[in-house]
Amino acid sequence: MIVLWTDALIFLLVATLFIFSVLLRNKAHLQRPLQKIACSKTAMISLLVLVFFVLIGLLDSVHFKSNENSTHEIISVLDYWAKPLRNNTEKTYSAPFSAYLYSKETLALPDGSQQWGFPRLKFGGSHLQNPDAELLSDVLEKALSGFCKGVGLVILWVILLAWIFKGRDKNLFKNTTFKAVLAVFLLLFSISYMLVDLSSYYHVLGTDKVGEDVFYQAIKSIRTGLVIGSLTTMIMLPLAITFGIMAGFFRGWVDDIIQYIYTTLNSIPGVLLIAASILMVQVYMANHAEDFNSLIVRSDMRLLFLCLILGVTSWTGLCRMLRAETLKLREMEYVQAAQALGVKRMVILSRHILPNVMHIVLISVVLDFSALVLAEAVLSYINIGVDPTTYSWGNMINGARLEMARDPVVWWSLLASFVFMFSLVLAANLFADSVRNAFDPRRTEEAG
Amino acid sequence: MHKPLLQVQGLSVAFKDERVVDDISFEVYPAETFALVGESGSGKSITALSVLRLLPPNARVSATGIKLQNQNLLSIPEIDFCKIRGRRIGFIFQDPMSSLNPVMTIGEQIAEVIQIHFNVSTAESKKAVYKLLQQVEIPEPERRIKEYPHQLSGGQRQRVMIAIALAGKPDLLIADEPTTALDVTIQAQILALLKSIQAQTGMALWLISHDLALVSNMADRIAVMQQGKIVETNTTQGFFNQAQHPYSLKLLAALPAMQSCKGKVVKTAIEPSSLLQVEGFKVYYPIRKGFFKRIVNYVRAVDGVSFKLEAGKTLALVGESGCGKTTLGKGLLNLIPHTAGSVLLNNIELTALTGDALRQMRSKIQIIFQDPFAAMNPRMLVGEIIEEGIKALHPDIGVEQRQQRVAHLLQQVELPPSVALRYPHEFSGGQRQRICIARALAVAPKLIVCDEPTSALDVSVQAQIIALLKNLQQEQGISYLFITHDLAVVAEIADEVAVMYQGKIVEQGGVEQVLLQPQHPYTRKLVEAVPVIDVG
Repeated sequence: MIVLWTDALIFLLVATLFIFSVLLRNKAHLQRPLQKIACSKTAMISLLVLVFFVLIGLLDSVHFKSNENSTHEIISVLDYWAKPLRNNTEKTYSAPFSAYLYSKETLALPDGSQQWGFPRLKFGGSHLQNPDAELLSDVLEKALSGFCKGVGLVILWVILLAWIFKGRDKNLFKNTTFKAVLAVFLLLFSISYMLVDLSSYYHVLGTDKVGEDVFYQAIKSIRTGLVIGSLTTMIMLPLAITFGIMAGFFRGWVDDIIQYIYTTLNSIPGVLLIAASILMVQVYMANHAEDFNSLIVRSDMRLLFLCLILGVTSWTGLCRMLRAETLKLREMEYVQAAQALGVKRMVILSRHILPNVMHIVLISVVLDFSALVLAEAVLSYINIGVDPTTYSWGNMINGARLEMARDPVVWWSLLASFVFMFSLVLAANLFADSVRNAFDPRRTEEAG
Repeated sequence: MHKPLLQVQGLSVAFKDERVVDDISFEVYPAETFALVGESGSGKSITALSVLRLLPPNARVSATGIKLQNQNLLSIPEIDFCKIRGRRIGFIFQDPMSSLNPVMTIGEQIAEVIQIHFNVSTAESKKAVYKLLQQVEIPEPERRIKEYPHQLSGGQRQRVMIAIALAGKPDLLIADEPTTALDVTIQAQILALLKSIQAQTGMALWLISHDLALVSNMADRIAVMQQGKIVETNTTQGFFNQAQHPYSLKLLAALPAMQSCKGKVVKTAIEPSSLLQVEGFKVYYPIRKGFFKRIVNYVRAVDGVSFKLEAGKTLALVGESGCGKTTLGKGLLNLIPHTAGSVLLNNIELTALTGDALRQMRSKIQIIFQDPFAAMNPRMLVGEIIEEGIKALHPDIGVEQRQQRVAHLLQQVELPPSVALRYPHEFSGGQRQRICIARALAVAPKLIVCDEPTSALDVSVQAQIIALLKNLQQEQGISYLFITHDLAVVAEIADEVAVMYQGKIVEQGGVEQVLLQPQHPYTRKLVEAVPVIDVG
């Protein structure tokens, strides 16, 4: 078992969230909002999708030294399970579910003559005798069987669960939210099962320029996206919240200093700072080569630093908004009433100001999360993003960008990264929206 | 009687499943003043807006007939309705601050109406605007015509609103609480203006108000609305002399009157020593100008105020908006930094305290605000709101004891203890104000500064809150510094009155003396401006 820096931070984050939820579970005033989230279809479905992504990300965050061949490469649990996907590389591009390569080559025919045409793939569809005739029916058959197996498994589980919880809560299966979540789970699980099934025979999302499976790349990118989104936010949030609220509440010289810091930081181009810090990390790693002897350790360090520097450069916007909101809130009469009651200033900050700016924090965190996942793509383009060897949606888009002009177009890398990124960001947005609605007492009646 | 100008029959308005106006019928006759009276939420503004078709699209309106003279307003298409709105029916809104466009001069805004409804040249419309401004008695109309809304005072803005409403030469003018946002003296001026314009033009006036005293001076006929229904329609004289419906009687009974202080028994002080002694209290705001933000002058919000308040008594601080009464109240609590002066509470100098000593002393003076909604953190439960002060000042008190105390406090303000687990937005204005009072009581104060605690409330609720405050005073011997602009409320609750004008106290004394025999010219003006129920 090998713990990378980002692994440790991710698990720390998950543990903190877990402890928090356990601590807050029995608070009386949280019961209603939590119940509301539990009753909202959108919230629960998007949570399910999010959990699905997070689970994949977590599986990909448990690293160990493999002993499959003598290289002693560091791989994750996900890599271990997706061994065929990882190792079945082709020569170059191939379309999804294709049995042929995407570019023509000189082929040596069995009779010794040579021909200019599309060669068969090494792995994709290699079990077929005559791909032109068999491919479609084979794919459909395997898809159907995979899907049915997934459905069967889910139904088995549901029956098992129903048996275990027999008589506990009979209304659970009549609950529409539960039904909707169950349906989505069924769909999600069966499709995943089907894709996994298919991917041992085909490249379901094709291969990229060096013949790597795009489905594998897209799945590996989930971790990178989650790391950049969550770690950066974790670095940015404390800065933005403390500085923003302090500036707004204390005014005077505190406000002056904080404003000075963020205007200065804002006026330096972020790209410049990011480029400089990435360069610094690279120099540091070059000077301490013995500590960074593996490729994955190096790219992990670079990812961590990218999160750090993105966090340090991106807190100013939220900070400014929080300052403005706090300036408004501190004049509210309930803050004055608290002052009149002799409540300490720090308590006022945490009890009256902070909960009333949380909706802004939540919205901008989710928007930033999406923006950060996208920013990673842009930064990778100018070569100061994640390491080129790290799988990320940004790198995928970057690679696909070069082939957009090709005829016929190579679309699958772009589509894969788009679909994955889109579902993650959409699920996060929808979930955050429901959470915000649920925790705003003024909206308890309207939203359902 | 002649034919009605406006005839409304069987009007109902519903939002979702809630009927806010429920099958009402009434008429407005030419040249008369018709008043629709009711408490907030009774549906009176909705009625007016539904006649004008200005309701939001989610409102469902149904009526058997709405007729303006002989025209059926229900069947007119929207494009023709625009020729009625502003032309045949004028409308004045409650808040003149938000009804005017801040980036247009008032001249342009009045001319806009004229140009829409009449085919006139620019020069002619300019002349008409000038005439209208003269009609609504705005001083120096040639200068004002080029000014923007923010350059005018509240009263002048309402005059401009009236000019806009008059620009279409309407047959019917709907005035929705036209003076509620204004001070008493200005209110009197605006009402006089409306009366004189009505006499000049002979239009009908449909007045919407919660203020019975005001209505008694203005209206010919009165309709009382309760929960979407008109419960009584009567002539003004008939209404005030022999109201029929129990709700009308309740409204009349709840009405505070300035005469009520006559012969009030002055309470003998519980302790002869004074509780609060304020000497030369000043709050100045610096006006900074120039590059270095030099202080060039001061706004003297509170300018050397001195008064005494004995334990168990109520001092009312009276004045119009902007006279510095709220600033004084908050300054005493140290919520706003003061410039000079001394505040002695139980012979302890409050202005010299800092840090922990100040925090401990804070429990002795509490404050109740005007807007009970803004005064409570929307994200805290009522129980948490009330126990906040106990937590802050007596951290040694255990959870159970604290909860008992909260339940006891809720009982004192006549609310069931179960409300502790609900959020403030679930309560009505009066209930919220009760919660605010409970919060103030939680730390056992000697003095409560009440900053217009009843101004946002309906008359009947207002009477309840005042009764509650009086009760608490009797039981616990709390003193009140009661800040208000409403002299009738002062008569109900105060023992002594101090009249504030431009940051200074101009007159001070017993409540009967000040209200019934005012000495200072400003006090006299104030007392005279209060509308009194007076039917011939």
